[in-house]
Amino acid sequence: MTHANQLTLAAARDALRKGELSAVDLTMSCLTAIDAGDALGAYVHKTPDIALDQARAADARLKAGDAPDLCGIPLGIKDVFCTKGVPSQAASSILAGFKPEYESTVTTKLFTAGAVMLGKLNMDEFAMGSSNESSCYGKAVNPWKVDSRQLTPGGSSGGSAAAVAADLCIAATGTDTGGSIRQPAAFTGIVGIKPTYGRVSRWGIIAYASSLDQAGPMTKSVRDAAIMLGAMAGHDPKDSTSADIAVPDFEAALTGDIRGKKIGLPREYRLEGLSAEVTALWDKGADMLRAAGAEIVDISLPHTKYALPAYYVIAPAEASSNLARYDGVRYGHRAKLSAGDGITEMYEATRAEGFGKEVQRRIMIGTYVLSAGFYDAYYNRARKVRALIKRDFENAFAAGVDAILAPATPTPAFGLGEMGTTDPVEMYLNDVFTVTLNLAGLPGVAVPVGLSTSGLPLGLQLIGQPWQEAELLNHAYVLEQAAGFVSKPEKWW
Amino acid sequence: MSIDIETARRVAKLARIRVAPEDLPELAGQLSGILTFMEQLNEVDVTGIEPMTSVTPQRLKRRADVVTDGNIQAQVLKNAPDAREGFFAVPKVVE
Repeated sequence: MTHANQLTLAAARDALRKGELSAVDLTMSCLTAIDAGDALGAYVHKTPDIALDQARAADARLKAGDAPDLCGIPLGIKDVFCTKGVPSQAASSILAGFKPEYESTVTTKLFTAGAVMLGKLNMDEFAMGSSNESSCYGKAVNPWKVDSRQLTPGGSSGGSAAAVAADLCIAATGTDTGGSIRQPAAFTGIVGIKPTYGRVSRWGIIAYASSLDQAGPMTKSVRDAAIMLGAMAGHDPKDSTSADIAVPDFEAALTGDIRGKKIGLPREYRLEGLSAEVTALWDKGADMLRAAGAEIVDISLPHTKYALPAYYVIAPAEASSNLARYDGVRYGHRAKLSAGDGITEMYEATRAEGFGKEVQRRIMIGTYVLSAGFYDAYYNRARKVRALIKRDFENAFAAGVDAILAPATPTPAFGLGEMGTTDPVEMYLNDVFTVTLNLAGLPGVAVPVGLSTSGLPLGLQLIGQPWQEAELLNHAYVLEQAAGFVSKPEKWW
Repeated sequence: MSIDIETARRVAKLARIRVAPEDLPELAGQLSGILTFMEQLNEVDVTGIEPMTSVTPQRLKRRADVVTDGNIQAQVLKNAPDAREGFFAVPKVVE
């Protein structure tokens, strides 16, 4: 039997509008699932009272016939979004106790459209990580499980991915700086889109790396992603990098017709040592698009190899600047001071206590690459390489490619505690297929396409031209329909 | 490029993060590992390439230079660990 919390966003919307389901009942169904799902570590602050208030208001709107797509839809919100009066910590101890006095633009838009907030979702601290293990709340766990091990839901939007995959919400918000929507989506068998940089306002989202951060939906289907992206996107005068470009009807663009479109397969993504099953999945995805009438072509993105090292210069540099604001003065944690301690001791002790190890490392790397004498050698060089990476994509699109198909991750979900414990760089390699898009600012969507031999979900990634999310989602829709991925994790929690 | 213990200490100081002396060797090792990973960038010919500053070329929008917000002192101070008499309070800065 299907419970209401298991519905897709599109199905829930239609049922609400037809009056077959009330927003309160749908919300209750999610809240019950959430309370039964604590073992997943997905929710870190539950907000049932807010949810039920919003659900009642949504029911009134539905009754009055004033119901946008999101009206009455229960969502999980990543902890990185500032939500008024509700803890918003980006999973960091340094923001312990912080309750914003304002609402982020994205959550404002969602709530104005009638969406319901179920609670705040787990993530890697300040969105820095690929396994959700660097959270001050503790790990989030992948609902997919094939042996005695607990697996990572990916990161940084690990709580969002786990919540959507386990039906602890209808959909969730995520943010993506180097792959933080797409990698967890791929690890949990759901859909996640990182829009074009500037499509969604960053105002009120706790910053990691401002030139790379972009928010997007994490959903149970491509149609859901199209609907929810429409509600999140749009120009915002409060974010100077938000683009003043009209938001198309993404759902209406899902025609399923990609005949004559040209899909590029970047040969540099065929990494040495890439597993046979990921390679096979990629080939299978290309076959599906070909069968739908697309032309598949080989393309070259020659600077791909340098994307990760460039990212790990640029992102920490921006993070070291953005995170300078956490000093124990205006919000969050302040260390207890000893007699005679001055303001410098206060800063140093507060930041040592408040930031986790990975965040400290990235701040220090960023500080180093921006310091006198190294700025040109590291930071400026990385920005030049970034320009070349962007140019690779521009050349491919100029040659007539409509979209690019690539793996989303090099492997299926790995076990918690298995990665990067001795060498932080090992964890960074998870982002090898996703990080290039953030550097170039391009939209990308992860779509579940199959299961690994071990029975875990595997996703493919489609990459689109700037501002062409509608066309990109249509390609993703074709891939989704052809793959017919319907597997759900077996409930163990 | 390898980061020695003295450099690690200096970077931690610049970043205003207290690191115990016994933790410096491990930190220096990890930072060196990350920097070694970044050294790959030296293989790229970047002659004549301008550093990228923004994803889409766009001019920042202008607006009239007027006050658009304010008079919310209580909200501004609400989350402060120590706020007194309308100010953020910190340890003594000047002797």
